[in-house]
Amino acid sequence: MKKICLSLVGLYISLLQLHAQSAKDTTTYEAKKLAVEEVNLVSSLYGQTGDHSPVTGGIGTENVTDFANGLDLQLVGQDANAHKHTITFGLGFDHHTSASSAYVSKTGASKTGGTRIYPSVNWTVENLKRKNSFGVGLYYSNEYNYKSFGLDAEFSKKTNTNGEFNIKASAYLDKVKLIYPSELIPNTTVTDAGGGNTVYTTASGRTVSLSGGRRHDESALAIPSTPRNTFAVSLSFSQVFSQRLQGSITTDLVEQNGYLGLPFHRVYFTNDSVRVENLPGTRYKLPIGLRLNYFLGDKIIIRTFYRYYIDNWGIQSHTADIEIPFKITPFLSISPFYRYYTQTAAYYFAPYATHSFSDTYYTSNYALSAFNSNFFGAGIRIAPPGGILNTKLSSMEIRYGHYTQTTDLVSNIISVALKFK
Amino acid sequence: MKKNILIAICAGTICLATTSCKAVKEYQKSRINDSEMSLSGRKSQKNELNFQSYREGSSGANGGKNGGGCGCN
Repeated sequence: MKKICLSLVGLYISLLQLHAQSAKDTTTYEAKKLAVEEVNLVSSLYGQTGDHSPVTGGIGTENVTDFANGLDLQLVGQDANAHKHTITFGLGFDHHTSASSAYVSKTGASKTGGTRIYPSVNWTVENLKRKNSFGVGLYYSNEYNYKSFGLDAEFSKKTNTNGEFNIKASAYLDKVKLIYPSELIPNTTVTDAGGGNTVYTTASGRTVSLSGGRRHDESALAIPSTPRNTFAVSLSFSQVFSQRLQGSITTDLVEQNGYLGLPFHRVYFTNDSVRVENLPGTRYKLPIGLRLNYFLGDKIIIRTFYRYYIDNWGIQSHTADIEIPFKITPFLSISPFYRYYTQTAAYYFAPYATHSFSDTYYTSNYALSAFNSNFFGAGIRIAPPGGILNTKLSSMEIRYGHYTQTTDLVSNIISVALKFK
Repeated sequence: MKKNILIAICAGTICLATTSCKAVKEYQKSRINDSEMSLSGRKSQKNELNFQSYREGSSGANGGKNGGGCGCN
């Protein structure tokens, strides 16, 4: 019996060693000029209704429509040293209408629409011999009250055992324009500081000193902005477990600092007074996500995702997501999905007119309240080998989702993704 | 006896896990490489992840944004 056990252990160790031997890479790599590999176009139409807008202190319409479009162009090339270069240029364009934006002005006369433009560029170099890759990216986003500049760098390394490790560092340096609710805009004051100097305090609270008897400066009238920065380190590890099962674990360590509220969000207090929401200047977030995908039989795939999240504002959340693509043919699949989400409230949240005037931090933004949400829908994906109708359109996805929150927020989203090769 | 069975189960599970992680060859990855098996999100999910990150208090670890952006509306 002992001999059998020892033989089995020996056999197992030799099997391990056999698997551990990595074949020597004798492949010859040919240089390829950088050329367009694929073009992706994603468009989404989003509609939302609700009655807890933070613009009006946690009551009032939250109706939003958003039409988002993103185009990215991917170029791929290879040098003789087995370095594969991938450069992706992206351009996004969104247009939204938001009913609550009208009430930035007390009378409901503010504009309700806006556009956002966001270009990006990413460059990744993959070393095919060493099985690692390095990439950098730059991102920019601009809308009338918000600007964002982002950059990231990432490194990936494949293991000899069907695993891959990835580390990514990113930073977003944003600017929030201080557009206050009309009744809360500070009064403009002009003070004579003596000696021909004038101190001019703008309506938005910025102080400008003017000398030489000047009492007016156009630049001082511009609405000032204030920074909001986000720094994140993401770590992930993915692993193929068998011919049918693979999974990954991802965590992000996130620090945000600066102005983390929005200047046009009102908060009403128990004494009927009103202020702009006030949130702490730092926030630390820690989400951990697990994915597990399993190919069941020949036609069904089970895609699962779970995330636990915690931050120092008191929010803890759980997200569970399942999607079951069913292959009607090898090139046509339909994918029903369901997502459940639950979170606790931030320490600083209270509904309309329930905050105490003595509170240091306060918000009535229901995104920071305790709630559950359900999101379900289905997608269809077509990707025939010769392209759809023998054109360069290699794949098409259409996806619809219906979202409900226990805060009464309801939304619908439909997205179309086209890939040209 | 029960202890031995437990040890055997644990040892078996570890053996299975460690060998199965290494046993999949490139030519055996037809199912793993299927586009529906991808561990990253779908292109058509991008805007879903954006709206969820703005309508909910948490974000990240899912291929979507972990910060940055306004979500003003």
